[in-house]
Amino acid sequence: MNVLEFTGLIWLGSLAAGFLGGLTGLGGGVVIVPLLTLAFGVDIRYAIGASLVSVIATSSGAAAAYVKEGFTNMRIGMFLEIATTVGALVGAGVAARLSPDIVAVIFGIVLIGSAYLSSRPRQATSGNQRPDRIAAYLHFDGAYPGPDGQIAYHVRGVPAGFGLMFVAGGLSGLLGIGSGALKVLALDQAMRIPFKVSTTTSNFMIGVTAAASAGVYLNRGYIDPGLAMPVVLGVLPGAMLATVFLKSAKSVILRKVFAVVIVLLAVEMIYNGLTGRF
Amino acid sequence: MDDSHYNEDRDKKRLAWTDQRVETILGNVLITGVIVSAGVVLIGALIYLSRHGMNLPDYRFFKGEPADLRSVRGIVKDALAESGRGIIQLGLLLLIATPVMRVLLSLVAFLRQGDKTYVTVTLIVFVILVYSLMGNPPLDFLRFFSII
Repeated sequence: MNVLEFTGLIWLGSLAAGFLGGLTGLGGGVVIVPLLTLAFGVDIRYAIGASLVSVIATSSGAAAAYVKEGFTNMRIGMFLEIATTVGALVGAGVAARLSPDIVAVIFGIVLIGSAYLSSRPRQATSGNQRPDRIAAYLHFDGAYPGPDGQIAYHVRGVPAGFGLMFVAGGLSGLLGIGSGALKVLALDQAMRIPFKVSTTTSNFMIGVTAAASAGVYLNRGYIDPGLAMPVVLGVLPGAMLATVFLKSAKSVILRKVFAVVIVLLAVEMIYNGLTGRF
Repeated sequence: MDDSHYNEDRDKKRLAWTDQRVETILGNVLITGVIVSAGVVLIGALIYLSRHGMNLPDYRFFKGEPADLRSVRGIVKDALAESGRGIIQLGLLLLIATPVMRVLLSLVAFLRQGDKTYVTVTLIVFVILVYSLMGNPPLDFLRFFSII
């Protein structure tokens, strides 16, 4: 297989990964790393580097659309980005000191956890709980466009949300994923932020988080242009296709099928890691 | 007298950095960043594949990138020399810089709004991002992790 064929195959695989990641809501990163390592035998450090860059691309592309709709809470996003970027630096620092086998095992476990988190039905929050002192000081309380005008909401649980975001950032830097599932958990469950606001704000934060660790990976020489090129150029249109497809009814069945695929990938990552194949 | 008031109001409206206007600008910055960097990556890809398409790929064993593809200065130098890999890496660098630009723009917006709390918050995030991109002492403050 020469470079041209290799690039073409990776491009096709990344197109599928972007589509799968977009459809399951897990993001392209969680599929890219298993794809590159298991199917193409790429070293996991190169795979994580390429994945991180693609995560920035899809997150920025989607955030651009969301921000204009007025659901994103930029203040919450900016404040919590302190936690995710510091976490990302720590994660990227730890990644360099762990053996690829251990990183692969952690990846598999986090993949199963993320798949579980995003498959659970999310509880809707009313958003009109009692105002919280810290949230009020940080001007977190906001409003988003509803069918009958703006709907106001209050935010709480800032310390718990901040802590979870640090962990999400750490996993993002360690594994090259967006950690969207954990970010949404922090915003939904810990901080009680309404659905649409938490989904879009999470996406808004993913790009900045990934940029923090991508800087470290670039300086370490983990980002290879020949590999990252087909990954970025494939994941981007794949994710865009997914947003179009999400509106159709068939997506529910497909999501279930893909959830099984993702768990199988996770199990293979763990198995290969434990048997020292990375 | 009335006229000048009218103009003042209109100027204020035009220059006001309302959250809504900031969100629109941010959206445009993000989408422009993604399109431009994808375009640069594509140009680099065509050069790289036309020159090295028949070579054998080797990603099985980790070697790490050469020094010139690791730093901002080296990447720019390689890209100017029309190296395919250099141009792709420049595109990837622009992609990484896109969220950084977004943070920088938010900083300007919070400054204009006179929101001191968020000027501080945004400045912290910006410094962390620049720190990571400049590759300053690769996280020497994390030495304690060397026990791993």
